Amino acid sequence: MREIGAAELRHVARGAAILGTGGGGDPYIGRLVAEQALLEYGPVLVAEPHEVPDDALVAGIGMIGAPTVMIEKLPAGEEAVTAFLTLQRELGRSITHVLPIEVGGMNSLAPFPVAASLGLPVLDADCMGRAFPMVQMVVCTLDGVPASPLAIADEKGNAIVVDVHDNNWAERLARSATIRMGCTALLSGFPMSGKQARDVTIPGTLTLASRLGRLVEQARREHVDPCQAIASFLGGRVLFTGKVVDVMRARDPGFAKGEARIEAHDASCRLEFQNEHLVASRDGEVLASVPDLICVLDEQGEPVPAERLRYGQRVAVVGAPCHPRWRTPEGLALVGPAAFGYSHEYRPLGV
Amino acid sequence: MHIGIDVGGTNTDAVLVEGRTVLAECKTTTTADVTTGIIKAVGGLRAAVAFEPAVISAVMIGTTHFVNAVVEGRGLAQTAAVRLGLPATRALPPFVDWPPRLRQVIGGHSYLCHGGHEYDGRVISPLDEDELRRVAADIAEKGVRSVAISSVFSLVNGDFERQAAEILTAEVPDLLVSFSHEIGRLGLLERENATIINAALRELAEQIADGLVESLTAQGIDAPLYLSQNDGTLMDLEYARCYPVATFSSGPTNSMRGGAFLSGLDECAVIDVGGTTTDVGMLNKGFPREASSEVLISGVRTNFRMPDVLSVGLGGGSVVRETPSGVEVGPDSVGFRLSEQALVFGGDTLTATDVAVAAGLADIGDATLVRNLDRTLVRSVLDHVCDRIATQVDRLRTCPAPLPVVLVGGGSVLVPDEIEGVSEMIRPEHHAFANAIGAAIAQVGGEVDRVFTIDENRRDEVLDSARQEAVDKAVAAGAKADSVRIVEVEEIPLAYLPGNASRVRARAVGDLVLERARA
Repeated sequence: MREIGAAELRHVARGAAILGTGGGGDPYIGRLVAEQALLEYGPVLVAEPHEVPDDALVAGIGMIGAPTVMIEKLPAGEEAVTAFLTLQRELGRSITHVLPIEVGGMNSLAPFPVAASLGLPVLDADCMGRAFPMVQMVVCTLDGVPASPLAIADEKGNAIVVDVHDNNWAERLARSATIRMGCTALLSGFPMSGKQARDVTIPGTLTLASRLGRLVEQARREHVDPCQAIASFLGGRVLFTGKVVDVMRARDPGFAKGEARIEAHDASCRLEFQNEHLVASRDGEVLASVPDLICVLDEQGEPVPAERLRYGQRVAVVGAPCHPRWRTPEGLALVGPAAFGYSHEYRPLGV
Repeated sequence: MHIGIDVGGTNTDAVLVEGRTVLAECKTTTTADVTTGIIKAVGGLRAAVAFEPAVISAVMIGTTHFVNAVVEGRGLAQTAAVRLGLPATRALPPFVDWPPRLRQVIGGHSYLCHGGHEYDGRVISPLDEDELRRVAADIAEKGVRSVAISSVFSLVNGDFERQAAEILTAEVPDLLVSFSHEIGRLGLLERENATIINAALRELAEQIADGLVESLTAQGIDAPLYLSQNDGTLMDLEYARCYPVATFSSGPTNSMRGGAFLSGLDECAVIDVGGTTTDVGMLNKGFPREASSEVLISGVRTNFRMPDVLSVGLGGGSVVRETPSGVEVGPDSVGFRLSEQALVFGGDTLTATDVAVAAGLADIGDATLVRNLDRTLVRSVLDHVCDRIATQVDRLRTCPAPLPVVLVGGGSVLVPDEIEGVSEMIRPEHHAFANAIGAAIAQVGGEVDRVFTIDENRRDEVLDSARQEAVDKAVAAGAKADSVRIVEVEEIPLAYLPGNASRVRARAVGDLVLERARA
């Protein structure tokens, strides 16, 4: 086990924003909340999945709702702890480790206030390896690990537990409760044993985010192209570099949905997004597609969220392979192009 | 006729304008007290063209004074931040993530109270009057004179901020109040930060406003006074006393708008080459394109609307060096000491201006002093300048078609007539006064930025009402009703929210009613 202190949170937050592939929310607020907790309670221990005993009890933590609301209605700070303790009471056993459900975006840091204030280790792993918009879009679903029981808590101290038939229902019911709670809430669920956690999560993703964040700083310091550095680090490649010349947003309630055209001297790239960047294509040919990661970065290597895409930005579109589980038929059924309403067939990103 | 004045860090520039014609111009040195420089500048105009003070219908001033006060941490009032939102927001109290020094200068008095709204207008918790009275007592005891009030989703409903102000001022009558819903955009921390900065500047704003009136009265001018805002529109002096923060980025905005005005274009890039830096910006419908991200002011994260301006350390005073890897120009500059240190003035520092004189591009100082400059060096410096500026222009370009460029500023002689991607290079008359002319363009605006719940069938209705509200605000700010037009409407559905809430921004701008302003 190693420690993560306030200084390293910055790197994790930056790396997580890149892995957020345009969605997952701006980690600024999440980082500040986690920083406050670490300043108050001290650093947090991070455990590798192999360091977790078989009989450990692991629970996932994440934020649900609209990031745009969270930048306005800031958290009280105890939401995650409330959700966590509610779940623990429901389970009737002590939870020993907390797990980020989603490494992409602000959710990467959601477990830290709980871990810091209760003195529990955070698992160096997550359930997506990137950002996805819905609760059921986790690798655990593929292994039949239920989200349920799932506790949801708001800043007022309200908490509910949903006990659901499957992970799709977890999404529906949790989402409805969240809207009544004012569109931001923290959830704690996916209870699993240490052995299960080893088998069904994506290991090493917190450390990956941290190294990715550090890499961006290093590249800038050494005057190396940060976008190229990010692409190589993630085992992917720069698919396109150019200027955003058009952004069309569709009116689809609840989603930052639309497409952008990015142009270079004689070529153009089409980028389709729904909260996350999902498909990059050129002359009708798909260059990269969900579930592979599509990161849109500015010249400094800062990720550009789908909501902030704007005319005139100079960006690099980086494609990187997703976790292998997402490339299986079951994985593609859950988070492949068809799950987002696209008709093209998924082809793994060529590197 | 009216007067435009730009008070920069180094120079105070003034122009006398009638309609679209510049009648006189005057450049003086900025003085520490601001007012002396203005008196000199207006005196300079009167020396150039004799006019009766009574014919002046308005005076427009752009100033960097307030932003500099924050950067230097001087003249700031003891300030309290009162936030309404408990139990939400407790994790991140006001002043979180501020640089300790600035926080200390203004006292960092922070109060978390009940109140706030949800995104859809529901109340998070009711206002607690006793709690606010206790805050008022504490504020009074600490000698705090200015307060920033913020409330969660006050852009959806600003009532709590106003009600809290009533309670506080009932207890502390002379308290200056700044409201977050009048200052910033969505994003509580950034909006609150901007409001706190505004509150900290209120006393200084009173002093400066009084000083400005005094300096004009000294010249016999009793016309209304306006200050330029970040977006290029004007605010009247009474408004400026309450919202000094709105002047922060008026400098680059004014020179860009002035450049466009002089050229008659409203879709173009403007390059302003000064003594130390070159600013490049794009104009869309005559207004600078807005930067999309958060802006750090002296280390404080805010979400002001700032013009999207790229700045490079390249100007007339830039120091030129030859290095093994080629020629370097800037980023250091001799600045206002150009007239002592540049070769053409008998100094010993090779500057970009010397190169321009040697190349025959400019007639400044004594050209014979640079007669023997190496021609290859001159050529490579000019190529270097051209390359760097071309890169900036290209970064800002929003379509592949070549674009007209307007060149302004004293250092613009350095820029060649041909640059890649530029269809036409325009060097307007009076270009050295673009910033003062930008201030003198008499336009006022109104803006709406809120979360609306949009029923699919009533979408047009909602957008129309947002537009109308922006127009009404512009008219209320003094715009001629028939001149007001919408310059921007943007609708952004809130992500991860399967409701139908959208953030809508609308901005309207119109010509200032000068006659009414006179009465």
